[in-house]
Amino acid sequence: MIPQEMYDILRAEFDDAVLGAQLEGVLDPELTVSPERVQDVARFLRDEQNLQFDTLMCLTGMDYTGGRLGVVYHLASIKWGHKIVLKTELTAEQPHCRSVESVWKTANWHEREAFDMFGIIFDGHPDLRRILNPYDWEGYPLRKDYRVPEFYNGMRVPY
Amino acid sequence: MEHAATQMSGYVSRPATIPGLGRQLREHEMVISMGPQHPSTHGVLRLELVVDGEVVVDVIPHLGYLHRCFEKHCEHMSNYQQVIPYADRMDYVAAMSNEFGYAVACEKLFKIEVPERVEYIRVIMAEFSRIVSHLIAIGTYGMDIGAFTPFLYCMRDREHVLDIFEQTCGARLLYNYMWVGGLSHDVPPDFADKVKAFCKYFRPNIKELNDLLSHNKIFIDRTANVGVLPPEVAINYACSGPVLRGSGVKWDLRKNDPYSVYDRFDFEIPVGTGKVGTVGDCWDRYMVRVREMEQSVNIIEQAIDQLPSGDVRAAVPKRIRPERGEVYVRTETPKGELGYYIVSDGTPSPYRVKVKSPCFVNLSALPAMSRGAMIADIVAILGSIDIVLGEVDR
Amino acid sequence: MGLLDQKFDNSNIIITTMDDLLNWARLSSLWGMQFGLACCAIEMMATGASHYDFDRFGTFFRGSPRQSDVMIVAGTVTLKMASRLKTLYDQMSEPRYVISMGSCSNCGGPYWEHGYHVLKGVDRVIPVDVYVPGCPPRPEALLEGLMKLQEKIRTESLAKKKSA
Repeated sequence: MIPQEMYDILRAEFDDAVLGAQLEGVLDPELTVSPERVQDVARFLRDEQNLQFDTLMCLTGMDYTGGRLGVVYHLASIKWGHKIVLKTELTAEQPHCRSVESVWKTANWHEREAFDMFGIIFDGHPDLRRILNPYDWEGYPLRKDYRVPEFYNGMRVPY
Repeated sequence: MEHAATQMSGYVSRPATIPGLGRQLREHEMVISMGPQHPSTHGVLRLELVVDGEVVVDVIPHLGYLHRCFEKHCEHMSNYQQVIPYADRMDYVAAMSNEFGYAVACEKLFKIEVPERVEYIRVIMAEFSRIVSHLIAIGTYGMDIGAFTPFLYCMRDREHVLDIFEQTCGARLLYNYMWVGGLSHDVPPDFADKVKAFCKYFRPNIKELNDLLSHNKIFIDRTANVGVLPPEVAINYACSGPVLRGSGVKWDLRKNDPYSVYDRFDFEIPVGTGKVGTVGDCWDRYMVRVREMEQSVNIIEQAIDQLPSGDVRAAVPKRIRPERGEVYVRTETPKGELGYYIVSDGTPSPYRVKVKSPCFVNLSALPAMSRGAMIADIVAILGSIDIVLGEVDR
Repeated sequence: MGLLDQKFDNSNIIITTMDDLLNWARLSSLWGMQFGLACCAIEMMATGASHYDFDRFGTFFRGSPRQSDVMIVAGTVTLKMASRLKTLYDQMSEPRYVISMGSCSNCGGPYWEHGYHVLKGVDRVIPVDVYVPGCPPRPEALLEGLMKLQEKIRTESLAKKKSA
């Protein structure tokens, strides 16, 4: 199924949730979705007969500078063989996004990593804690304005 | 940040609710920490086992003991080629596969064509790297179960492959070989003879390994019907590689979504069939790896016969002129599906490089596979997932 | 010429110093603790395998720190792991030695510049006896590191306390 058809089906079902699309001129066609409705869109994409995106390949947190954050979802279908990209846009003051953990279980750890690195809070996630950094780490390391701490628990961090 | 999770700092006294478990401990339950230093955890992984006697009720993995800030380093590199040594060190057992994925992703993003000879050599190196990774997986898995001899046999065979690698690019374990646009060195003049000699030497050794370990009654008793992963659960957890194929799903990126020149070779995709137990148990995952080694030898023999001539350094650009754009490319490494999401903003250094690591994703399915198993089975299940902590933690 | 290379024809008496005897015993059977963290662990495993054998030096790997003499820190030490490393080092009983294998545990390695979670050198938390450079060091280099540690032990003395 080509991206234009997928976009039409999605637009027909969720007119308010799909905020934009970029289907031409990019290597991977992408759709922009609103952060509150991303769980409904995800469930539809997984269950709809002709789409059946049963795999969440990758969930990435992004820091577009200027206080704007985002989450990028790469979806694929083992059954049909097609792929799509979903994007959401958040701000640093309101970094809330709905969790898709109930749709694809793999999102559990991916969302914990996005929270750990960027501070994006996923509403509805059963266990949102840091995953890679220590549990008492301060700050969100992959943000562009992150400053490395001088000491951590008595150990000097910089070289 | 006022979220409760950031205020947690480790256990002082017995907590009311165990994070990760989501409820209090019941009276007959106990928490055992299979700590970061453990002979069988394949690296620094902490597994918190909630047990009821000998039976495991839940497994809570704790990661991050090898988090080396790969993604932060990528953002500070002064050009795209400098990322390659860091990419090596993620899955350090099969380093060529990581470089392959990154090089393919960058070449797709910047629309760089590579010569045919480069493609064939890359495929040969990637398949060698698959053999090396599976040898370590099988050897250490045998050691976890208790058999020490297969480990020595696997390391002996591995040394032959490392000799070939060393003669090509100078390093045994971490190569910095596949650059964006080409390779760093051409292969030595007697490469074809050495490769053919290795293939001839290695095939009987796979049979020896099968006689020694795979069909051994004790090994089968410990791994059959243990850690069963149903295929729908595997797909929902986005498992890939031998973990997914061991559950019966015939999905391999080299055939289903081909990249480089894999569509020119003739090979099969081994799938778990539940021959000695249930489909999707530890034995199936292990056997998929053994049979994949045979298929890799087939691919190498075909590739070395078809190897064209040419210059491998001609296409490596002196300076990469990046444009804005982003791409997600996935390749089939020995552990599963490795994905690189590269975002470029037009400057010479990458804006964001996110790695979707197959071991990270496969490990998240560990609790689903191990509820109800015994403590000794956890070792068997963890070994059958075949994790490398450098890739889990990046 | 080593002690055991001589033939004892007439007398079965060897005269040596207590220092030499104890040092010889210690250096000939250094039991290592399995502490492979990252890529260097694979080279350590290769050194322990049959091609470059560790066992001929009397070294083989024990799982528990209580039963080992030398800790080979192979791989990157992160800040999260550093406190556990110190706990394990404290659990080893004296005389104990540390070999720091690879660039990451020597000085932070390739992650020295932007690694916010990497400990820049394991000697920031525990005292190190021998540093083996390389990324990863070849098995021969690790064996040389072990031999250097053996030379260091050979010159120890009971009278002077080991500075640790």
